Amino acid sequence: MSEDWRSYTRRIEELAARSGLSFHPVDFEAVPDSFMMEIAVYGLPVRMPHWSFGVRYIYQLIQRHMGHSRLFEVVFPGNPGHAYLAESNGLAENILVTAHVLGHADFSRNNLLFRRCQEQVSERIVEHAANHARQISQAIEAHGAERVEAALDAALALEQHIDVDQALRRPRYPEYAQAPRALIDDDFRKRFAALEPTGAPHGAEVRRRAPVPPHPERDLLWFVAHYAPEMESWERDIFLAVREESFYFYPVFATQIMNEGWASYWHARLLREADFVPQQAYVDAIKCHSDVVRPIAAEAQVSLSINPYHLGFAMWEKVIEGQGLAAARRIMEQDDDFGFVRNHLTRELADELGLFRYNARSDGQVKVLEQDLSQLHEAILAPKYNFGAPVVCAHKVRNDGTLELAHDSTVDGRGLDLERSRKVLDYLHRVWRRPVVLTTVNQAGSALEITAP
Amino acid sequence: MDEDGSKGTAGGAGKWYDLFSRGARDWLRHDEKVREAVRARLPEIISGADLGGEGARTVRVPVRMLEHYHFKLRRAEENQGAGQGKAKPGDVLADPSRDQGPGEKGSGGRDDGGVQLLLEFKIDDIVDWLWEEMQLPNLKARQGPSDESDWVREGWDRRGARSRLDRRRSFKELVKRRGAPGATPTFTDDDLRFRQLARRRQPAVHAVVFFLLDVSGSMSDRDRKLAKTFFFWVVQGLRREYRSLETVFVAHTTDAWEFNEPEFFQVSGSGGTVASAGFLKVREIMDERFNAARSNMYLFYASDGDNAVSDAQEARTALAAIVADTCYTGYVEVASGVSRQLDTETGKIYAELNASGCAAGSYALNDFDDVWGAVRHFFTAHNQETSGT
Repeated sequence: MSEDWRSYTRRIEELAARSGLSFHPVDFEAVPDSFMMEIAVYGLPVRMPHWSFGVRYIYQLIQRHMGHSRLFEVVFPGNPGHAYLAESNGLAENILVTAHVLGHADFSRNNLLFRRCQEQVSERIVEHAANHARQISQAIEAHGAERVEAALDAALALEQHIDVDQALRRPRYPEYAQAPRALIDDDFRKRFAALEPTGAPHGAEVRRRAPVPPHPERDLLWFVAHYAPEMESWERDIFLAVREESFYFYPVFATQIMNEGWASYWHARLLREADFVPQQAYVDAIKCHSDVVRPIAAEAQVSLSINPYHLGFAMWEKVIEGQGLAAARRIMEQDDDFGFVRNHLTRELADELGLFRYNARSDGQVKVLEQDLSQLHEAILAPKYNFGAPVVCAHKVRNDGTLELAHDSTVDGRGLDLERSRKVLDYLHRVWRRPVVLTTVNQAGSALEITAP
Repeated sequence: MDEDGSKGTAGGAGKWYDLFSRGARDWLRHDEKVREAVRARLPEIISGADLGGEGARTVRVPVRMLEHYHFKLRRAEENQGAGQGKAKPGDVLADPSRDQGPGEKGSGGRDDGGVQLLLEFKIDDIVDWLWEEMQLPNLKARQGPSDESDWVREGWDRRGARSRLDRRRSFKELVKRRGAPGATPTFTDDDLRFRQLARRRQPAVHAVVFFLLDVSGSMSDRDRKLAKTFFFWVVQGLRREYRSLETVFVAHTTDAWEFNEPEFFQVSGSGGTVASAGFLKVREIMDERFNAARSNMYLFYASDGDNAVSDAQEARTALAAIVADTCYTGYVEVASGVSRQLDTETGKIYAELNASGCAAGSYALNDFDDVWGAVRHFFTAHNQETSGT
């Protein structure tokens, strides 16, 4: 394939820097389409083996076969960042994609959520993931494919159940409960506290062990890795490896609209300003741009989903037009999709884009609902809560080691799918090695308990 | 600019990702898991599988992709979502009650895209898995020499076909003649030794299976298909056990005929049922062509059991004459839908045989799901005592 796009890389980078983008250097590499597809399936260039990726791979193959999805680029944040471009890209596409990648690089270096997660995971997630993969193949050699697969079945089933508000390397719970300290907030208590300590009432020197967990724990991967009664150390390592990768994936997930929109905005803008790009390549690239950033498939009238590229792109254009680039950069640094959509998707823009809310009944009827901006926001954001997973917390470890999980159905609005939950408990039971209990609610809303085994 | 390989990627033309595909690796593992799952549910699958024509060595089994389970909310009656396009509040974008047109059929089909894989299984593999737990009923080693013979290697000679030259042996002869040879050994014709073959009689591992099918008017297509499926798996299992298996296919109504295998399963007849006609035909073929002392003989009979009442005594005698020379005689009562529990004319004959201690058993096969139950009934060792419900 032609390498001439590389001669533009430097100039696009310079142009981007002049336009105020600030990014770590990015390594560009052109790879075959088959490899692009694998990156898309695994989410990382080298990742642990698991049969569930095989399932995604089959679906992806089918998609590609039907000509649905075409991948131009995948970029991994870091210092340096890594960008993989499809070898089948033409010159125009590669110029566009280079600009797009720089938009992502700017975003991932400056967005707070990205920065915090990268501080935790380090800026070398690609290398870390490759390390995990190697560590897991060593585990397979040492302990056999079947046992490793059992651990991965459980860990990957819980991959969304992390708590990004806690540190990646968080300490274990304190062993002992802190005695509630008496409040000394009025005159009498102050004088009383100043008296000679009598000792007797302070017999609270008997320290009490804190319950495990001391509070409902959302970070199931962490909790299982640290408090499973009979887990092998290599199994813990697998759980923690999966957790680390989830910490990396979270900001990608939670800022998708902003991030893709930002990159699309900048590829369009940089391309407009790049006078060094030949006319024909420019026209081709703009065509490619409008294919990617279009709201709905060409032949369709309406779409029951929203293209995040399109939505983010339109929102950023509006924000920059209305509030200027400096304000936009501040928003880019501070928000995630929740704040971004709620604060900056205005009534006018929603109308302009033709966004609507709908109600889909299980019998297949789909009906458009009346307009309501804040409800529209929530409809867009609903699939993004809690990493897209139901809220399930660890509540208690019983004396016999039984793990009690509880699903918070008030937050999620309805109960869990029992068949699937049972299977997840089966996975989990194989590494927890004691019974696992989960409470959720049934159709009628009354409590329901499922157990494994 | 920097294509001089300074980036530390592996040298040479190929990159590491050209060498193997992780996606394909995990795909294979997925398929392996599917196979394990299929294997665990084999009995259900063999009854549903498309057996193809005769001579087909594989069956195709449609399987769903495995799902790696996560916690998910149960499906709601109503879901809200956000969409984009030309739509006003109150518009109905899809209504299953109104458009029954093509394109969107069955709302249940859209759970997960409904991708189905068609996995091909070798019949031999399936039979191996299935028959691991099975044993042949009442298999006895038959005395006397059998027809079966085989060439075995035996001894050496100075002459023989080039392909049978035994190099090691020839080299030994060379050493014997002149001690350790130099760098280039020189053989003479006298040194060469050739392996010889000899004919050996083998003890009998020879089996004949008679399949007798009632094709009278009362047997429906479905009944015959049931019997065919059952016979198919029996043949597969027996073939695995016996180096040479002969099959004889006989169909009867009030008269009886022998068929070859493909024809046999196409036969349909009309008219009454006279089981003794079939039994006599089987006996006749046994006498003509086989030697009971040398072969293990089996008879499997499939019928709906509605034998003519007037034939009862004759059938009893004819069957008794067969049972004396067979290792085992099985009766499958195919009656789709109805479960009569062998309370039929033919059923009674077999019950009597079983009660009198003969190697005979019967099974009521009502449904395709039960084909494997039937095979298991006849071929599981511990079932022998309890057979003949």
